[in-house]
Amino acid sequence: MLAALERRLRPVLLPTGVLLGTLVVWEIAWRIFNVPRFVVPLPSGILAETWAWRGYLLTHSWVTLYETLAGFALSIAVGTPLAVMLVYSPVLRSALYPLLVVTQAVPKVAIAPVLLLLLGAGEVSKVVIAFLVAFFPIVVNTATGLAATPPELLDLSRSYRASRLKTFIKVRFPMALPFFFSGLKVAVTLSVIGAVVGEFVGSDKGLGYVIVSATSYWKSNLAFAAMLLLSVMAVGLFGLVELVERLVCPWYALAREQQEVVEELSVKDLEKIRAAAG
Amino acid sequence: MIELASITKTYRSRQGDPIHAIEDVSLAIKEKEFVSLVGPSGCGKSTLLKLVAGLVTPTRGVVRIRGTEVREPFPDVGIVFQSAVLLPWRTVLDNVLFSIEMLGLRADSHRDRALSLIELAGLAGFERKYPWELSGGMQQRVAICRALVHDPSILLMDEPFGALDAMTREEMGLELLRLWEERRKTILFVTHSIPEAILLSDRVVVMTPRPGRLARVLDVQLPRPRTVEMEFDARFKDHSDEIRRLIFARRQEPAHARRA
Ligand SMILES: Nc1ncnc2c1ncn2[C@@H]1O[C@H](COP(=O)(O)OP(=O)(O)O)[C@@H](O)[C@H]1O
Ligand SMILES: [Mg+2]
Repeated sequence: MLAALERRLRPVLLPTGVLLGTLVVWEIAWRIFNVPRFVVPLPSGILAETWAWRGYLLTHSWVTLYETLAGFALSIAVGTPLAVMLVYSPVLRSALYPLLVVTQAVPKVAIAPVLLLLLGAGEVSKVVIAFLVAFFPIVVNTATGLAATPPELLDLSRSYRASRLKTFIKVRFPMALPFFFSGLKVAVTLSVIGAVVGEFVGSDKGLGYVIVSATSYWKSNLAFAAMLLLSVMAVGLFGLVELVERLVCPWYALAREQQEVVEELSVKDLEKIRAAAG
Repeated sequence: MIELASITKTYRSRQGDPIHAIEDVSLAIKEKEFVSLVGPSGCGKSTLLKLVAGLVTPTRGVVRIRGTEVREPFPDVGIVFQSAVLLPWRTVLDNVLFSIEMLGLRADSHRDRALSLIELAGLAGFERKYPWELSGGMQQRVAICRALVHDPSILLMDEPFGALDAMTREEMGLELLRLWEERRKTILFVTHSIPEAILLSDRVVVMTPRPGRLARVLDVQLPRPRTVEMEFDARFKDHSDEIRRLIFARRQEPAHARRA
């Protein structure tokens, strides 16, 4: 029981410990060597600044969050049907796939200024940039998942004369869900980056704007506070997607856990056998 | 009941070259007969099953079921593959009922039938378990139930026990026979194991390497019901020697003759 609890908590406790340790070393080293605070601030200073500017930071976090979520939602809405079309239509696949790869080869930071020029400095341009960086992993992962349906299941469905739509709903899409979700996990963190890149290039709102304006006034405490919030946002969104994945396809996580337990047991059994023999 | 009349199947490779999978195969299978197909891999055994199921159309020749030409898939078959390919989000019962749903039939009116099949397959008590909670042999039993739940008259099995260990494999073979005695079907059974083919079948069809042709159709002279002890029967050994001879005779031909 305790061992099971430990096994569950270990993935959380270990990194948390490493993080706290790093912060403590950082704080102590900075005090000993007296590093200028305006270059790299102290962890305690960042926390104090975050609290002092909480209202301001929250307002701007909200803007970045909703640009991110809008871009992410758009990338799901466009990426998923696109993946389906690529898998089902060889003509579309040969027509669109090379173009998709080309759009991905263009660095998003390079087209951000152009997009701002086209769409204005408001939130729309940020949403579009977030969408552009996020939709590709969704397309690729979902298409890979759909193409990975075991051919036996397709033959079986065909032998029952089930329609392609029915086969898609009952077999192919649920089968591809784990791939779809790994695409979402990459996409959601990329959407945060996309939104912030857009804000860097030109805006008067959002955490990206806070970082740019704070550094230009040497307020590095505030810049670090904004970075901290951005990381929290990215990690939180990632966790949220993972939670939804567990709710939507619990069999995937359960099968994985079962496998781990089986592996652990067999190692233990081996040790027992060895002990008995020796 | 199943009739293959001069069937030739030629696939096209990605480069457009023809691949002669099957050449001029004629075979008639009687109602409720258990027929095995053996032959080296790549000789078109799976293709032959798919032709019977209507999943693949012949390049030349016709497949007839009860006198009617097969042009497209039809629901009177059940198919079992080498891997169980169960749906991981469905329980054992719902995996068995998958066939019913895909056929567009009402699942609740087939529930009792599914449950009695599950029991017959020795899976009583596992109805609510998920595939990842079952061993490979048990998963394959579920796949067999899924192929039988709509009561098809033809059962097509493509190396169904090929992924199982030798002991489970022998046990599953005998259980399949028991199931077959209880619910008679026409079975076309592909296997790599010569003893398995002899022990289970009424007739064994031996195929040549690509392009697959019939080397020989062999009547198994063992009485039913079959038991494991029959493997020590002199007739069993005769059959097995003959099949081996047919398969290995080809392999010893010089390489240039085979390539031609
Ligand atoms: N869909 C296909 N397209 C092209 N070639 C195929 C296809 N299916 C099977 N083949 C080829 O036909 C031959 C026979 O295949 P198969 O029926 O699977 O043989 P077996 O089941 O006896 O191993 C093989 O050479 C295989 O590569
Ligand atoms: Mg095969």
